[in-house]
Amino acid sequence: MKITLKVWRQKNSNTAGNLVEYKLDNVSEDMSFLEMFDVLNDSLTRKGEDPVTFDHDCREGICGTCSMYINGRPHGPQTGATTCQLHMRSFNDGDTIVVEPWRARSFPVIKDLMVDRAAFDRIIQSGGYVSVNTGSARDANEILIPRTIADEAMDAAACIGCGACVAACKNASAMLFVSAKVSQLAILPQGKSEHKERAERMVAQMDAEGFGACSFTGACSVECPKSISLDHIARMNREYLGAKLSSDNVNG
Amino acid sequence: MKLESKIPAGPLAEKWARHKFALKLVNPANKRKYEIIVVGTGLAGASAAASLAELGYNVKAFCFQDSPRRAHSIAAQGGINAAKNYQNDGDSVFRLFYDTIKGGDYRAREGNVHRLAEVSVNIIDQCVAQGVPFAREYGGTLANRSFGGSQVSRTFYARGQTGQQLLLGAYSALSRQVSTGKVKLYPRTEMLDLVVEGGKARGIVVRNLITGKIESHSGHAVLLCTGGYGNVFYLSTNAMGCNVTAAWKAHKKGAFFGNPCFTQIHPTCIPVSGHYQSKLTLMSESLRNDGRVWAPKSKEDAQKIQKGQLKPTDLPDEARDYFLERRYPSFGNLVPRDVASRNAKNMCDEGRGVSKTGLAVYLDFADAIKRDGQKTIEAKYGNLFEMYEKITGENPYETPMMIYPAVHYTMGGLWVDYNLMTTIPGLYALGEANFSDHGANRLGASALMQGLADGYFVIPYTVGDYLATIGPADKIPVDSPAFKEAEKKVQDQITQLLSIKGERPVDDLHKELGHIMWEYCGMSRTAEGLAIAKQKIQALKKEFWSNVKILGDADEMNQALEQAARVADFIELGELMVDDALNRNESCGGHFREEYQTPDGEALRDDEHYAYVAAWEYQGEGKPELLNKEVLEFENVKLTQRSYK
Amino acid sequence: MAWVTQTLSSSLGRKVIMSLTGLFLCSFLIVHMVGNLQLFKGDGGRAFNEYTYFMTHNPLIKTVSYLLYTSILVHALMAFILTRHNQASRPIKYAYSKPEANSDWSSRNMGILGTILLLFIIIHMRTFWYEMHFGAVPVAEYDGKEYKDLYTVVHAAFGELWYSALYVLCMIVLGYHLAHGFQSGFQTLGIRHKKYTPAIELVGKYFFAIIIPVAFAAMPIYVYLQVHHII
Repeated sequence: MKITLKVWRQKNSNTAGNLVEYKLDNVSEDMSFLEMFDVLNDSLTRKGEDPVTFDHDCREGICGTCSMYINGRPHGPQTGATTCQLHMRSFNDGDTIVVEPWRARSFPVIKDLMVDRAAFDRIIQSGGYVSVNTGSARDANEILIPRTIADEAMDAAACIGCGACVAACKNASAMLFVSAKVSQLAILPQGKSEHKERAERMVAQMDAEGFGACSFTGACSVECPKSISLDHIARMNREYLGAKLSSDNVNG
Repeated sequence: MKLESKIPAGPLAEKWARHKFALKLVNPANKRKYEIIVVGTGLAGASAAASLAELGYNVKAFCFQDSPRRAHSIAAQGGINAAKNYQNDGDSVFRLFYDTIKGGDYRAREGNVHRLAEVSVNIIDQCVAQGVPFAREYGGTLANRSFGGSQVSRTFYARGQTGQQLLLGAYSALSRQVSTGKVKLYPRTEMLDLVVEGGKARGIVVRNLITGKIESHSGHAVLLCTGGYGNVFYLSTNAMGCNVTAAWKAHKKGAFFGNPCFTQIHPTCIPVSGHYQSKLTLMSESLRNDGRVWAPKSKEDAQKIQKGQLKPTDLPDEARDYFLERRYPSFGNLVPRDVASRNAKNMCDEGRGVSKTGLAVYLDFADAIKRDGQKTIEAKYGNLFEMYEKITGENPYETPMMIYPAVHYTMGGLWVDYNLMTTIPGLYALGEANFSDHGANRLGASALMQGLADGYFVIPYTVGDYLATIGPADKIPVDSPAFKEAEKKVQDQITQLLSIKGERPVDDLHKELGHIMWEYCGMSRTAEGLAIAKQKIQALKKEFWSNVKILGDADEMNQALEQAARVADFIELGELMVDDALNRNESCGGHFREEYQTPDGEALRDDEHYAYVAAWEYQGEGKPELLNKEVLEFENVKLTQRSYK
Repeated sequence: MAWVTQTLSSSLGRKVIMSLTGLFLCSFLIVHMVGNLQLFKGDGGRAFNEYTYFMTHNPLIKTVSYLLYTSILVHALMAFILTRHNQASRPIKYAYSKPEANSDWSSRNMGILGTILLLFIIIHMRTFWYEMHFGAVPVAEYDGKEYKDLYTVVHAAFGELWYSALYVLCMIVLGYHLAHGFQSGFQTLGIRHKKYTPAIELVGKYFFAIIIPVAFAAMPIYVYLQVHHII
């Protein structure tokens, strides 16, 4: 296959970037999208041009590191998959492919296609946990959790934190990410005792990071590699409103 | 140097309890006076950092990933073992201990393994309390499944994402400690050297991967939770970033490296499709419960299939060789990982492999679909089939899957004593980074167990003993000469790498190393091949240091530079692996020496001469490493030949 | 009271305000539509004018009408604030984006749709509400009681082709706005359930996005045809 790439190149967070065109002649349709980038980088390096910086690690769709906005969609044309799970057979010979980084104020570009997603970590730090110290747990089977509940919690917990939801959203909203964690821990009995504070704090942190609001377009869920449902956003809204109306926290 | 394993005396089942009592404690008010450095935030690192911070220690946690949540523990699919015996099927701590020792082909310590089995039950409790959504029965109790190498159902799982869920649990505990200020997090920061002064580990030198800045961090103890070194083979199921650098630098500073040649090859991976391949994807071992492994009987048929002239579905049963069922009638397709892997390789070596490359065998579900219906198979393996189709573009319901073995896990690692301390006082190694619990072969669903056991339930006790011994004042500042010297060395290496300005990109050299390792130090090894490998690696080392091409600067995000530093260490490790494989004149677990096999081709252990841990001691640049032996004593199990016929 | 201001200025709080005002406006639309059906009665406008009288003189309805005006203003103002915030969340736009692959057009263009509707409401109120309250409206007398003859005003307005056409177009816009807005309002409030959400979606898609706008659009069409003696 012959492929024309238009790739966002940006030296660092302080400089402006632009799209640069590259042509690749020997692309195999069995290559993964990132392997195609490996080939590009190999040829750039041999030519003495700076290789393209991009985030990637496990290359099997679970670590959530890879993050390319491909032809107008996060993780490319395939749904339910990450960039690393995308293969060149999803494209046609002669295609031009535009590749950009996630774009959001809260995800500043580090270099080329690599962005800083530390905002997600800070949101989890604000309350995305159950406060239980090591060693103080009771026997696991003392907490009975019906299968349907466990399944629903698992659906939410499947989030890989890649940020495709933010990238897809016209408002760069992080609602799907935040709600997946709020929802998982709100469903499970283990998370119940802190559920009010959790919802309040995580939403506050999400806002402080500068993510947009939810317009319920559903783009996040469609583009989510783990197809996380909008149900969780509704649950978080419920949790948040309930917490605001009933918690003891009068200071905001 | 005499290796002290520090296994406590007394009956096996009481060792850990007695040891815990014997360990010194740090007064709660004094804990805040200590600083602990944790490198790596996978299961072992995140659980250790969180647990130590909960105790009151000040912790600095480092990872090269952009977030602790992305450590490669996340990729484990199958599950985590624990001797809960919730299924009432005869499991016990002793049985888990026994299965693990036997599965490891009797090359692990009894004391460590028994402790692992003991704390396995606490791990499940802890994870459930954190909100890990393990699979449940309708009544709400925890579900279990069975896994290779055992006859009981003791594996807990969260769909096919158990590693992810356990890591997110540990990550959430870590995040909670970050919010309290007890843990300071350093993502996108890579450890490039260990600082040793006065015979003790004092801290680390790191590179900020975004700015390229070299920084030092001082602590009372350093915990390496940096995972395995499977990427020495270039192609493996490890993440692209997995590396040996932290462990290797520690090794060069005096930490012994245990059993480096023990690597695990997983039989059911998706085969390589071309030279551009960057990584291999594993499919759960559970597929072998229903799939039948075969290769064409004749080379001619295999060649036709390779060229695309013949479809596997057109090959009649009598032209197929179900080689595992033929050779191992009682275990059939369910033989352990190492046996299944070796047999697949033999087929391909005989020219009977399939796929374009000839490096694959079939895993066929046609009979299972005929027997149970497509619906049943879909319910069991639907997501795996989907993943296979995503990667290969072939539908496994219609045409047999192709599989080939791939490097998956490294049992070897830094040598540690019962306290998980390396041969450098104050330096600990946890999880896959140490050598301790899996012997020569790891059982499925045991890696997660070990990582969390070390982090949640072992290190919080053992590190206190060391800290109480040295006292809070025993720490040196980052501007002391030891740190400055280490920083300079790191800086010099970076400068040197950038100044080579050769012809070959790092990836290219890494691939060459991978080829050498896979060819001569992979699934089966010979003295002759290993000797060739050693020469080739030495030549490659020269080639690397004279011809690597790295663009860009040191003071910016530079992925090629990061990778080059890692590959440089992999090359050195590769040579040690070869030495270790050459030294071990026996076959055991993942280490198969062709010279040492039974008449029918099975691994032949030599317990008389090799029931020891090979702990290698670095002797300086260009000098052969010194072999130290820790003899393994078995008081509770009888060493037998594994047989799966 | 810090918690109140904090809640209402959070992204979720703002959306809740959008949702509550929006759903209130939806409920108003039903009343407005049902009432205006009097236009079709064919009694020369008596029922319509009596209805108008009732709506402008009942104290309860008058109170509610202030709530209504406030809702429109708050809904628009909050939308403006949110849009500004949302745009700031992505300062550098994508060079190439393909949102139609993952979301409905209406859901992404509520701001534009809403702006058109706001302009429409201004025109609409200028024509009828302003005239009714401050303008010179002819008087009709039924059973010895005087009524402002808004019916005649309506006929005069809808007799103009451009004006009626504008109404029809704006009702299409309304349909799109409500197709997303109605169900979205419930989502924001966290009202989502396997059993009830499909019903809410049906009501949104058919009743609010089609029936209500069609009924409203039928009014200018009907009157125009009547004025020009086509029916």
